[in-house]
Amino acid sequence: MAEIARKVFSKPKSMKDKPFHFCPGCHHGIVHRLVGEAIDTLGIREKTIGVASVGCSVFLYDYFDVDVLEAPHGRAPAEATAIKRVLPDSVVFIYQGDGDLAAIGTAEIIHAANRGENFTVIFINNANYGMTGGQMAPTTLLGMKTATSPYGRDFRREGYPIKMSEIIAQLEGSAFVARGAVNKPANLNKTKKYILKAFEYQIKGMGFSFVEVLSACPTDWGMTPVEACEFIEREMIPYYPLGILKEKKVPDHL
Amino acid sequence: MEEKKIFEKGNIAIAMAAIAAGCKYYFGYPITPQSDIPEYLSRELPRVGGVFLQSESEVAAINMLLGAAATGARVMTSSSGPGISLMQEGISYMAGDELPAVIVNVSRSGPGLGGISPSQGDYFQATRGGGHGDYRTMVLAPHSVQEMWDFTIMAFDLADKYRNPVIILADGMLGQMKEPFVTRMPEPIPYPPKDSWALTGAKGRPGRVIKSLYLGHLELEKHVWKLNEKYERMKKEDTRWEEYMLDDPEIVVVAFGSAARIAKTAVKVARQEGYRVGLLRPITLFPYPYKRIRELSEKVEKFLTVELNAGQMVEDVMIGVGARSKVYFYGRPNGVGSLPTPEEIYNEIIKTLKNEKVPVNEF
Amino acid sequence: MPYIVINPELCKECELCIKYCPYDCIKIGDEINSKGYRFAIFVNPEKCPGCALCAMMCPEMAIEVYK
Repeated sequence: MAEIARKVFSKPKSMKDKPFHFCPGCHHGIVHRLVGEAIDTLGIREKTIGVASVGCSVFLYDYFDVDVLEAPHGRAPAEATAIKRVLPDSVVFIYQGDGDLAAIGTAEIIHAANRGENFTVIFINNANYGMTGGQMAPTTLLGMKTATSPYGRDFRREGYPIKMSEIIAQLEGSAFVARGAVNKPANLNKTKKYILKAFEYQIKGMGFSFVEVLSACPTDWGMTPVEACEFIEREMIPYYPLGILKEKKVPDHL
Repeated sequence: MEEKKIFEKGNIAIAMAAIAAGCKYYFGYPITPQSDIPEYLSRELPRVGGVFLQSESEVAAINMLLGAAATGARVMTSSSGPGISLMQEGISYMAGDELPAVIVNVSRSGPGLGGISPSQGDYFQATRGGGHGDYRTMVLAPHSVQEMWDFTIMAFDLADKYRNPVIILADGMLGQMKEPFVTRMPEPIPYPPKDSWALTGAKGRPGRVIKSLYLGHLELEKHVWKLNEKYERMKKEDTRWEEYMLDDPEIVVVAFGSAARIAKTAVKVARQEGYRVGLLRPITLFPYPYKRIRELSEKVEKFLTVELNAGQMVEDVMIGVGARSKVYFYGRPNGVGSLPTPEEIYNEIIKTLKNEKVPVNEF
Repeated sequence: MPYIVINPELCKECELCIKYCPYDCIKIGDEINSKGYRFAIFVNPEKCPGCALCAMMCPEMAIEVYK
């Protein structure tokens, strides 16, 4: 008796059919899918409201079949704060890149974390500003050449790369902070779990959840997608360590 | 809310009116001379099941407003000049997103850190908008504490009617002075329901998007013309002004807000002295009552614009008048000590009548 | 018998699936899709255990896995 094969892996139901516009090998596609998988697993499509930001992920609303609000550059944590305060039963997530979260929006993310706002943040760290052509980001590594650091980042001129997960984990208001990568299956599996856990934290009312994902930008790094994955392993992970930086066991109470 | 007569500051009247209008969400940052508004709402909003949140900056405040407005809620923020400057990006986004909200500017003096005394130096900022792109915001200019109450309630209705931010342009004097006023509900202005666009969670329907980005062929032009139609409709349906002693005048004083308040006394005294003077007080600064000014300019030769700035609304008077009549200007960009008295305005009226001033619309 | 289906129109020739397939079941084919990419194709089907590592690493959701 021949067994009929079942589909065991396909596109999440909460995602639309639109093909991604990202460059070949860009990790946005992978992380978008992991978010979609979390929404499917938790069955929260009808309650989820996303806030898109500015960068390569600006078209987030084209890919998720949920209510999505566009936010000005860096401001998504402010929009999300308000949405969650007005609709506390909704599940709110924001999705930001390095410019949005670690440059122009640093005040907004720190204060949202500090207030313990009960929403979920997905932070894509690809060490440069992809959308605008590969300029230096606050997360660009020392020595890395970018469109605005053509001699390689020098701490005397440009300061040091900023470790946002560590900063966020330090604030009392953050409940779950993790850093992952999707450059190889082992890391991807852990990151998938972090993202799911982050949403679970929100649903349980535990407070601010934050997942940073080290991601490839092959086009602006001037590498092939496979080389970019190796760059992450060799250069980014040693500086930006992976793992869970914070996980509150119980929600704060007076 | 029960209708009663109370004696309160203008700032408090605005805060009370917001709650009366059903606004349950306020996000804002302290700045002199309007911190009374967030302070009042921090106490009262929780009592009516609302949310008050002091944001980390005005930039954050306007973005919180955007988020809350996107869910269909009635929302308000308040600030003064420097904070409103920080909000320009968010206001542009809200106009592009077609989101309703009420933004209160209790003006101080500028430019820069300027001062904390009242001025009308934010007229251009409010009516021309400091944000980028083709958009307008409706601007209401109260001149009494009663109007601080009335116009706030009206502003929420107008914002919902047009799905656009509405600015209330007040100033520190109106904000800080106390007058008796009645907590009345003005005639409601009908507005369409929000359930076709508000983001509430895609229950039983596909996901919705609220955005202002339009990259497709001809998409943005179409969108901008659609927004423009709203502004044309505002001009037709919601232009408001007050006429004070405007029977057969020789000279029309044009002033708004606190300047109009002081000018009214000057006009009254001038009439008592036998001069044929009247006051036209624009209530909506956008849309501006050009048509009424144009009508008046057919019979009236002289218009004296009085403002607490170096010359902003006078340009709109010049647009209304065209080349038909002479436009004169008396301005006191405010700093400590420069609030004009009724006597000073009266003297300017007389000087204008006696041709001792130079018109500003002759080139 | 497990197998995968790669949607040729979604493939951008990034080769992540090839790098991470432990069983040599994917290679870049000779045909190009409408965007100009030489899309990945499923080969050596008898070796495929349906581990889905290829589908997980694919940034385009171009791969479906059947078991």
